[in-house]
Amino acid sequence: MLLRHTPKEIKQRKALTINPAKTCQPIGAMYAALGIHSCLPHSHGSQGCCAYHRSTLTRHYKEPVMAATSSFTEGASVFGGQANLVQAIDNIFTIYEPEVIAVHTTCLSETIGDDIPQIARKAEAEGKIPRGKYVIHVNTPSYVGTHVTGFSGMTKAMVDYFSKSNGKKLDQFNIIPGYVEPSDMEEIKRIAEVMGVRTVMFPDTSRVLNRPQTGKYDMFPKGGATVQALMSTGDSLATIALGRMASGAAARALDTKCKVPCEILDLPIGFKATDRFVDTLRKTAGINVPDSLSEERGQLMDIVTDMHQYFYGTKVALAGDPDQLISLTEFLVSIDMWPIHIVTGTVSKDFATRIREITKGVPHQVNVSTPGDMFLLHQWIKNDPVDLLIGNTYMKYIARDEDIPLVRFGFPILDRIGHSYFPTLGYRGGMRLLEKILDATLDRKDRDSPEESFELVM
Amino acid sequence: MTTSIFSERKDQVHRKGEQPFQMACDRESLAGAVSQRACVFCGSRVVLYPIADALHLVHGPIGCASYTWDIRGALSSGPALHRLSFSTDLQEKDVIFGGEAKLYQALVELIDRYEPKAAFVYSTCIVGIIGDDLEAVCKRVAEEKGIPVIPVQSEGFKGNKRAGYNAACRAMFRLIGTGDISNISPLSLNILGDFNLAGEIWIIRNYFERMGLETVANITGDGRVDDIRRAHGAALNVVQCSGSTMDLAKMMKEEYGIPFIRVSYFGVEDMAESLYSVARVFEDKDPEIMNRTRALVKEELQELYPQLAKYRESLTGKKAAIYVGGAFKAFSLVKAFRLLGMQVVLVGSQTGTEEDYRELYEITDEGTIIVDDSNPLELSAFLQEKDVDIFVGGVKERPIAYKLGVGFCDHNHERKEALEGFIGMLNFAREVYSTVMSPVWRFVPRRELKKSRRAATESKFEPGIAACSSQA
Ligand code: SF4
Ligand code: SF4
Repeated sequence: MLLRHTPKEIKQRKALTINPAKTCQPIGAMYAALGIHSCLPHSHGSQGCCAYHRSTLTRHYKEPVMAATSSFTEGASVFGGQANLVQAIDNIFTIYEPEVIAVHTTCLSETIGDDIPQIARKAEAEGKIPRGKYVIHVNTPSYVGTHVTGFSGMTKAMVDYFSKSNGKKLDQFNIIPGYVEPSDMEEIKRIAEVMGVRTVMFPDTSRVLNRPQTGKYDMFPKGGATVQALMSTGDSLATIALGRMASGAAARALDTKCKVPCEILDLPIGFKATDRFVDTLRKTAGINVPDSLSEERGQLMDIVTDMHQYFYGTKVALAGDPDQLISLTEFLVSIDMWPIHIVTGTVSKDFATRIREITKGVPHQVNVSTPGDMFLLHQWIKNDPVDLLIGNTYMKYIARDEDIPLVRFGFPILDRIGHSYFPTLGYRGGMRLLEKILDATLDRKDRDSPEESFELVM
Repeated sequence: MTTSIFSERKDQVHRKGEQPFQMACDRESLAGAVSQRACVFCGSRVVLYPIADALHLVHGPIGCASYTWDIRGALSSGPALHRLSFSTDLQEKDVIFGGEAKLYQALVELIDRYEPKAAFVYSTCIVGIIGDDLEAVCKRVAEEKGIPVIPVQSEGFKGNKRAGYNAACRAMFRLIGTGDISNISPLSLNILGDFNLAGEIWIIRNYFERMGLETVANITGDGRVDDIRRAHGAALNVVQCSGSTMDLAKMMKEEYGIPFIRVSYFGVEDMAESLYSVARVFEDKDPEIMNRTRALVKEELQELYPQLAKYRESLTGKKAAIYVGGAFKAFSLVKAFRLLGMQVVLVGSQTGTEEDYRELYEITDEGTIIVDDSNPLELSAFLQEKDVDIFVGGVKERPIAYKLGVGFCDHNHERKEALEGFIGMLNFAREVYSTVMSPVWRFVPRRELKKSRRAATESKFEPGIAACSSQA
């Protein structure tokens, strides 16, 4: 009974977050920056933030996560961090030799009011930025937004700093994958490839945060969107952005800056959202959907038909980020499951409306909160129990206390592997999600069935 | 391959045997370095958080609280309030207009809801900048609610983890001296600097109990507010780990005249010596205590040694690298590896002092690299240069070791087995053995490379490798 301190009775809280379903902006910015090839993320603030962000990403990916910090001290906090950042830029290019330094701020440097572009210009004027190397930045005060906004901001910074158009269109499409796992990014690229569409993906953390054991430690692994690719995005035929919160801003910026038209879609989780993605790709690129992809869809369909009786009426509680939750909820509803408690720590304008719309047909009361925390989610569950939890590792406290099976999904996952290798996006990702959901619920059924109704075949 | 070191960092790395010992440390990290260090807040949080029946409220933006939500497995035998994450989750308007009102409200709500024995309020960087008067808010709530509400001045930029330890000590010191000490035995002590990871403090308490000593307060593993309030009634402070609670011991000595001794519960030699030195303190009050202690050590060792022997046999000659938070831990590790027949070729820490490094210099072998506040590039270069078999470090070091194809042991937050005490030495040996001798390294390209290179120069036979990896 770890969370024995969670009372059933729900009282309005005014000044307090308990057991957050979110974390701060810089970690999202750091994650996005790792999706640029040969890029060292840089945290402009005190050491602690950077250490925490790296540790959390390291625990989630089980990969080395590199990032530098301006190492603020009292002096810097009073007089500003200009000297620190200039020195940092110099040191980083001298010793680590990345192609790009991606600076994000922290609460501290934001409150002091450091002007990053101005400092970068100073560093440039002093010759601290070697030719052909770049310093990009995003402002990420954590007292606004969450890790999702940080990710979105850094993705947009890639457009602001790199995208160029020289008037000649290239036969390629941009894909902005959203705040998803490296495995998901790989899967999206694969789908595009199967369809014969040439794509540039950014950010792209595949082969950065899911790389193989090589016996070597590479500070800059071979994955990631290259600077050249990023620059070329301004000449692409169109942009497809997945996840409105995480990718929308970058897609719109690219449209404004280089007149690359964009389609902003939900994350392709489950049938409907994946259909929309594939269909958009088909239409924009003017191609046909190949049989192999239709077959994948058919396989997903097959699982659903074979097992549909086990989905019906399963009550689910979800916590996570808005983009993921919208598509996931849609998927669950489409197979007759009942997502009834849904929280995200991230404030999102249309979130509640979208969820309400999607869950309209669910014959049960649905609770939605944006922003909400896991404490509230737990209270809802106490008042109206569920059969399944879907969310990040922190949900395991609730799972244990209430004895409800948990499918790990989202960020961070600190206690299992798989998320960096096996996708949950696309039709195949959908199959994996269903496998996980069925494993969890059927294992539970096996455990709890009385002897007489314990079944061999299910 | 070249070993890259920032030129500014040259004097924070020393190779024993090259020149007379000299080491610069206690320095602020270089801007732009991928430092493995953390902040003041982290230091305070780590020290105080195991106090299980206190409320721990992080006053700041959400991240600082999210990242420290139950990250360290500090076990509690009772309440578990410390495992929840409470944050004032500061928003833009709070940053502009100040967060005092929000803090007050949060405290009142939490205290009403949980009725904790005390509350700790951690300040983070931003609070230091916006200038909230933590002290005043805490005082007000303390008066209204009738429990101690203690501000922890842990703004991250005010130094590294060590400054955070100090802030934590000052916070605890405000509790000490407020409890009733009338029935405490003269044969009593406080355990300082143990956080009950994997239940370690229970092992140590058991030893002291067998020696006939009463443990008044655990500081802070499985800690309780009321015990800490009575801590000034103990006859001795037993302090483990150089940084974290030494300041508290010093303050208690000054204020209450309680003597302290430094100990380490890690490794056979240090564990035994720690018990003996505690016994020596009480010898005049209890002449039998030394005999009981000897008997205890003997009993434990009789059990331990035969079991260690088989690990030692396989591990002899293997090479280890150590990079830990505090240097004191490194001393014990060096000795423990020696007991296993292994050689330490690299040793470093995030926050060691000059004195610490000098001591390391004394106890290590020729050629050992000693390093302060290192970074991943340096570390990985050293690991390869020295061709180590195991790396002991924390979260951020683990994947580096694994990428290189080197065994790893977490001697920090993520340890899963108790490593303290005599039984801890056995656990440690088993853990080292299981990673160093793991057959998975046979599949690792680095080892393949090395093997083929060696095979080319020497004979075709590798009896060492073949023999070790076949048994588990
Ligand atoms: S100070 Fe801000 S950026 Fe740093 S960890 Fe806390 S919330 Fe995140
Ligand atoms: S904001 Fe300050 S206190 Fe919080 S994690 Fe960052 S450095 Fe530490």
